[in-house]
Amino acid sequence: MVVRRRAQRGHRFTESPVLQLALQGWRSRTVGLLLMLAFLALVGRGFYLQVINNDFLQEKGDSRYRRDIEVSASRGKITDRNGDMLAVSTPMKSVWAIPGDARTMPVEQKRQLATLLDMNPKELDSKIASDKTFVYVKRQVPPETADLIAALKLPGVHQEKEYRRYYPTGDMTAHIVGFTGVDDKGLEGVELAFQNSLLGHSGSRSVIKDRRGQIVEDVRALKPPMDGKDVRLAMDSKIQYLAYSHLKAAIETNNAKAGGAIVIDARTGEILALANWPTYNPNNRQHLSGAQLRNRAITDTFEPGSVMKPFTAALALERGKVRFDTVINCAPGRLTIGSATISDAHPHGALTVAQVIQKSSNVGTVKMALEFPPKEMWEMFDSVGFGQAPNLGFPGEVNGRLRPWKNWRPIEQATMSYGHGIAISLVQLARAYTVFARDGELVPLSLVRLDETPVRGVRIFSPQTTREVRAMLEMAVQPEGTAPKARVPGYRVGGKTGTAYKVEGGVYARKYVASFVGLAPISDPRLVVAVMIDEPTGGAHYGGDVAGPAFSQIMGGALRTMGIPPDAPIKVAEATAGKGRL
Amino acid sequence: MVRFNMILLMIVVLCALGVVTSQHRGRKLFQDLEGEQERARQLDIEFGQLQLEMSTWATHPRIEKIARERLRMVAPDALGRVLPPVAAPVKKKVVR
Repeated sequence: MVVRRRAQRGHRFTESPVLQLALQGWRSRTVGLLLMLAFLALVGRGFYLQVINNDFLQEKGDSRYRRDIEVSASRGKITDRNGDMLAVSTPMKSVWAIPGDARTMPVEQKRQLATLLDMNPKELDSKIASDKTFVYVKRQVPPETADLIAALKLPGVHQEKEYRRYYPTGDMTAHIVGFTGVDDKGLEGVELAFQNSLLGHSGSRSVIKDRRGQIVEDVRALKPPMDGKDVRLAMDSKIQYLAYSHLKAAIETNNAKAGGAIVIDARTGEILALANWPTYNPNNRQHLSGAQLRNRAITDTFEPGSVMKPFTAALALERGKVRFDTVINCAPGRLTIGSATISDAHPHGALTVAQVIQKSSNVGTVKMALEFPPKEMWEMFDSVGFGQAPNLGFPGEVNGRLRPWKNWRPIEQATMSYGHGIAISLVQLARAYTVFARDGELVPLSLVRLDETPVRGVRIFSPQTTREVRAMLEMAVQPEGTAPKARVPGYRVGGKTGTAYKVEGGVYARKYVASFVGLAPISDPRLVVAVMIDEPTGGAHYGGDVAGPAFSQIMGGALRTMGIPPDAPIKVAEATAGKGRL
Repeated sequence: MVRFNMILLMIVVLCALGVVTSQHRGRKLFQDLEGEQERARQLDIEFGQLQLEMSTWATHPRIEKIARERLRMVAPDALGRVLPPVAAPVKKKVVR
């Protein structure tokens, strides 16, 4: 029986009596239900993690290996018109510390750090004695030094990348280029005027780092870095150097207080050079005074004096009140208007209009000016840009002072015709002279290089008038004129001297401003140069003697630098007189 | 059916390995790229510094000083300058 059952079991598994036992149905259903519930719990948990809590968990995960890093952008360069560097940023490091941690540094290490940073150990101690949580130990540390410091692995000492601005041309271009502060913000000059385009915007990107801290994958660029745009100035650094060095020489020879010089390309209105004295070194600004920082040519006004006379003459010619050769009686060199008397420095007899300008006669000019109602004269002054800022976008540009014509008294109109009772900046003066250089058109000035030429201007005078005025200006530099020293060998030049009394506390003091504004070559004017010397005390004070020679040097050098062909034969006596600096 | 499933499983495993290797290779290449970009940045910085150095050496006051004092050069006076004859189409460029 047993044997047979075994045999049977071997054959028929399903007939096993165990399996044939009848189980209660609820038991299997309970197990099934329990398994089902467990599965549902899993699904629910999965749903909770994957769907409901997803953002939180994703963030936690990302924070383990994903990093947002900053991509730095540099500030734009400033170059001259030929691409020579005027301002460049290079990376530097700033060394900062968490004082609490840094205090644990051994004395030996502190000494090393102080030596590397070129600091007094006491100064370092006082910095990390602070109870703040962050102190700059030193800013603008050269990268090589910073690497050495990093290699010391000092506790609590960290580094940060920053930029330092260098100005290779230094004091020569200081006023026009300006400078930035430590945090790359323009504080003066073009650096301030073009801050928005020069400034770089650092970007950021999101990356995955492995456990060694190396970037292994770019997730996405959050914000692309934007390097600042380069600014190409209209300035030509050769001409700038000429203007700067000759201005400086003129100030030294005449023992003057200050001065300014401007060179303008008459065809485009570009400012090729703008120099001031005193100046400063923008790379080292530790002991700066307000006088050094002043960009006199743009931000200071002065009573220009006789350099205004050509405008009065041009208006008289334009309105047909006089002709080039109309004779005006300037004897006896005095003219009384109301209670005031106007006089000439040297009394003249009868002069033609051209000679009035050539010899700079106040009486002759006043006689022309009194032919006009005040409104007409005001309109002419206003149209050539006096009394309104030159709109260069430069910080601190001044309007100058041109009073409304309604309350001009006759004596005021008379003095204004020869440049007193009106105040302008040197840049306004130079710009106004472009009218004579451009056959009567006034162009806007530009600090940056313009590529489209020619520039259209606003017509102020007719070409005929300006040709006549140019002839008068050329006469002024002849031996009979006021400024024979302003001549340039090989070129026909023309210009006007100005010698004005300075106003101090509302009265005229015995201090002078000597100036000279001129243009060349007369046959086809390309350049306008204006030179102003403040308070010359070296004996001479007339514009022709003080500013004239500097004008001649700057104009001559600039014409040659620009490759403008001479339009006059060279006389031997002149040629050797012009020998000297470049 | 069983064999078909096995083949599919094999394919899945191979694909998975492929994904792993290409990911790895991608990261390697990316690191190289990072390295090169860093080098480019460094070179760019160096270029800026060299440009700065060049313009510092080439400032006009320094050139004039050396020309005058060390090389004893003088600027020619007006008589010493010769202009090349201007050719028919007037080009206003003369020696700089």
